[in-house]
Amino acid sequence: MTLMSYRQALHDALRSEMLRDENVLLMGEEIGVFEGSYKITAGLLAEFGEKRVRDTPIAEEGFTGAAIGAAMLGLRPVVEIMTINFSLLALDQIVNHAAKIYGMFGGQAKVPMVIRTPGGGGQQLGATHSQNIELYYAFVPGLKVVAPSTPADAKALLIASIRDDDPVLFLENLALYNTKGEVPNHDTPAVIGKAAVTREGHHLSLIGYSRMAHVAKKVADQLADSDGLDIEVIDLRSLRPLDRETVVESVKKTHAAVIVEDDWLTYGIGAEVAASISDGAFDYLDAPVRRVAMAEVPMPYSKSLESAALPSENDVIQAIYQTLEAIGHRRTKAGPHD
Amino acid sequence: MSDVKRNTRKSPTRTTAAAKADAAKRAERLLDFYREMLFIRRFEERAARGYTQALIGGYCHLNLGEEASVVGLISALRPTDYLFTNYREHGYAIARGIDPRRIMAELYGRVDGVSKGWGGSMHMFDLTHRLLGGYGIVGGQVPLATGAALAIDYRGGGDVVMCTMGDGTTNIGAFHESLNIAGLWNLPIVYVIVNNRLGMGTTVEKSSAEPELYKRGAAYRIESARVDGLDPLAVAEAAAHAIEVARAGRPYLLEVVSERLRGHSVVDPAKYRTAEEVASLKDHDPVHALAARLVAEGVSDDVTLAILDQEIMANIEEISAFAEASAFPDVDTLFDYTYATPVPNDSRRLPGQPLFATGAER
Repeated sequence: MTLMSYRQALHDALRSEMLRDENVLLMGEEIGVFEGSYKITAGLLAEFGEKRVRDTPIAEEGFTGAAIGAAMLGLRPVVEIMTINFSLLALDQIVNHAAKIYGMFGGQAKVPMVIRTPGGGGQQLGATHSQNIELYYAFVPGLKVVAPSTPADAKALLIASIRDDDPVLFLENLALYNTKGEVPNHDTPAVIGKAAVTREGHHLSLIGYSRMAHVAKKVADQLADSDGLDIEVIDLRSLRPLDRETVVESVKKTHAAVIVEDDWLTYGIGAEVAASISDGAFDYLDAPVRRVAMAEVPMPYSKSLESAALPSENDVIQAIYQTLEAIGHRRTKAGPHD
Repeated sequence: MSDVKRNTRKSPTRTTAAAKADAAKRAERLLDFYREMLFIRRFEERAARGYTQALIGGYCHLNLGEEASVVGLISALRPTDYLFTNYREHGYAIARGIDPRRIMAELYGRVDGVSKGWGGSMHMFDLTHRLLGGYGIVGGQVPLATGAALAIDYRGGGDVVMCTMGDGTTNIGAFHESLNIAGLWNLPIVYVIVNNRLGMGTTVEKSSAEPELYKRGAAYRIESARVDGLDPLAVAEAAAHAIEVARAGRPYLLEVVSERLRGHSVVDPAKYRTAEEVASLKDHDPVHALAARLVAEGVSDDVTLAILDQEIMANIEEISAFAEASAFPDVDTLFDYTYATPVPNDSRRLPGQPLFATGAER
């Protein structure tokens, strides 16, 4: 194990896969000479050359589509779309082509490619640069969508995504790049399609992904210390397929659920998780399933408004207590947040 | 001047023999083209009938009027070269050498179809014959084809990609983004605009500020040319040059001025065309034109061509009988092609099935 940042874990996964397989190449805007907007690809141009680390023109539809075509002939392109907001310009290629080619032609062509892209607000980037629109891709059969929240998962899921024969949308998060964690030194891929229970508990199930899985773990650890609460935390890790089973099994044990997400509430990822709980654990619920999501507005620039729009640790804590109170749970200690 | 020189160097007998051999070769080539064009014509007419008989569903776009362009273009490719095309692709699939029974079976949505009944008219695919897809979204195939050329270049292979599209595609962003990338990266690809002068009913002049579409290559320093799409030999020659350029490592843009004898798709009566325009279509029919040329040049005669037509018609009947006899895909296969790498928690539920087993099912 090595302590490293989420950013470093991504970089190391890219590098080791490029060393392992000559078919792996990187494509994207400013990933070479500029070393990437968020420096994930730092040093890779110097090590692997222009053939394998390709600076593209600002043409998301063109280079994403080209990566899909290259994948059809057996290359394993890893595309960086600078932020998920710009993926909208490649929507036709991702949804109508990457996701469809295997099925539409009766299984004759595989599309082994990865689209790496960060979502996330909180950087004062305003309405068009702060979105969490992973739902658009998680909606589409044929795509796989993964969303790691820890450096270890970032590495293992990226390796798995590159080795997978299907198109994978790999969701990163601006707020996670500098977070640190222990990362195994080996290159064992994770299993796509599986959630992880990152903290066991019996009072309530707290479910999130990407940045909010990170927040969920932090809040649960904090409440264990401050209030003696024993909260189970689930990191979804994969948004398509969605591991409903792990969520439902947890709720059957805890009888209550709070879902935390950075996307908009209405029709969001949390809505699907809540529906899964309703279908799979209806008889076990002692309180309504609660969702904590981003305020449904175009993200404002000003710090005061942006902070209010984004789900915070305190929003999560409030939702946990309101849910516990609804089922008559008594606090063992008074927390600082009351 | 040069003629005089040549005559002094070659004996008259050898020149005559060579010319005769050339003429015979050309005649044979024209006949081959005619056979293939007529086959596509009859296949498409049968497809139109199949549509009215409700044997074919969805959208169905035919190559009627485009036959000379189709056979000329495909004749210039090697079997190992790749073809990406759009939704008007039955003729291209035939010309690439795919068993026409499997093409018709795809139209009928049957299990023996080229795409196993998953694609239909717009989505034919066959890896063996390197047809890497008909695509239904205008412009969708252009970045994909560009990426295939990138893969060839990446591995240092000698194959090329041909990517055909309609005139309307030249106005979509994907076209320009792709040509720019191909131009920057020196990719081995020939972009072919099959210009039949109509989007659905909107003319090129109404939709393209530069209606001489081949000129758009200049913006990306891509060599380009325009050719008469009603003459298969001219198309073949232009395509051969374009492919030569691509094989040497530069993209090429070829505009083939073609014709569309009927509506945009089988359900379009094309009422937007003037009476004069419709009347003039018979002068722009490449199959009729080539038949007349074969007879006029003494390569064939009316009787021989009529016999050929009968043979083809009989063959087409066998083809549609095969398609009709082929089974519909089994519903059990519905979830077989969502993912190439099996993945836990993949949803394999039919409509109405619960996410979790109910008490009764448990």
